[in-house]
Amino acid sequence: MDYAQEALNGSVLAGARLIRLLEEGDPAGIEGLKKIYPHAGQAFMIGITGPPGAGKSTLVDRIITEFRGRGKKVGVIAIDPSSPFSGGAILGDRVRMQRHATDEGVFVRSMATRGHLGGLSRATFQAALVLDAMGYDIVLVETVGVGQDEVEIVDLAHTTAVVSLPGMGDDIQAMKAGILEIGDIFIVNKADRVGSDDVVRQLQVMLEMRDYSATNWTPPVLKTIASKSEGIIELVDAFLEHRDHLVSTGILDTRVEERELHFFKELVKEMAYEKINTAAGGAKKYAMLTEALKKRETDPYSAAETLMEHLKVDM
Amino acid sequence: MKKYRVLIAKPGLDGHDRGAKVIAKFLQESGFEVVYTGLHQTPEQIVTSALQEAVDAVGISVLSGSHNYVFTEVVELMKAKGIGEIPVFGGGTIPEDDIPPLMEKGVKALFRPGTPLDEILAKIKEIIG
Repeated sequence: MDYAQEALNGSVLAGARLIRLLEEGDPAGIEGLKKIYPHAGQAFMIGITGPPGAGKSTLVDRIITEFRGRGKKVGVIAIDPSSPFSGGAILGDRVRMQRHATDEGVFVRSMATRGHLGGLSRATFQAALVLDAMGYDIVLVETVGVGQDEVEIVDLAHTTAVVSLPGMGDDIQAMKAGILEIGDIFIVNKADRVGSDDVVRQLQVMLEMRDYSATNWTPPVLKTIASKSEGIIELVDAFLEHRDHLVSTGILDTRVEERELHFFKELVKEMAYEKINTAAGGAKKYAMLTEALKKRETDPYSAAETLMEHLKVDM
Repeated sequence: MKKYRVLIAKPGLDGHDRGAKVIAKFLQESGFEVVYTGLHQTPEQIVTSALQEAVDAVGISVLSGSHNYVFTEVVELMKAKGIGEIPVFGGGTIPEDDIPPLMEKGVKALFRPGTPLDEILAKIKEIIG
């Protein structure tokens, strides 16, 4: 079965299997990706990130409902952590989204981080491309529950929403670098809880201190109660408003270009490393250097420099 | 190395999910990626989830007495959706006499209460192949 072609023809089975191949790092997956690539680039990619238990999955569930109501097909990639000990994972984000399981306009794929840091898994970007090429208008990516520094979602999403909830810390938490800098939209979920207005105020104060001259977009702070579907219409409106802003200012094109360049550079890095590793692995010089390292006759910096001196690059 | 991916589902109105959770947690600790659907799943929801998640096996926990209907329906639906080759296994309060007919219909393994976890793990690996 030609998974790429079948996926483009709308086969969920083929799309799912292509994503699995990509996740396993199978070369057949890459061949499939090459084939679908020209068909991608249409979807609106939305990232949902925030700490564990903030309600990300429930929010995604309600966002799906709202977009479906507006006639959009929705693909979802939901990420949960892999165990650092067993490598296994419990992928439980679906639990909140199962009402959409039999809706043909919705495709939900769970992924484990598999040791990848940054809030996504290594194959998330590729999986998002597959869903995009399959014709899902909206691709929602729910990151693993994050702390302060897992900001990789901005490389993938056009619009990133950061979910906060009441009772997570004082106003200095909101001023720190990292995740709170990446939000295009801020969501205070579980807004029926005590302290939600404080969180909204802290976020607004933090946002007022920023310089928006580069994007001309001041991130809104929205209150939601996902479990009661409150605030979801306004949230989806905000997603679309941000999307319109990105398109009308040309920022979207720049972001997509930057992303493609980043993707390309990462691939070059990965492939170059593989090539060097394979070539150097069998070389005498490499064996000598590792031996010298073991005996502490040299240090890793000098060893790497020596190896690089023997490297010839042909373009 | 390829990772095992397994779906664990709880069908119907039965809310006793401890068994499903014990199995899910045990498989995770054995290095499996376990897609957990939660409670109250219909056979259609289970099969579409298996399809979208590209799993290697589908595990269903039934303690409601509706095992004959659920397993038969899931196996049939999976065939209809083109994923009939993915093995289905299950566990719960399933009377001994009900097991052979279900196996005949295509269920690959059924575990009754008290089955040691290691035995379950070995069997799941065997049916995935």
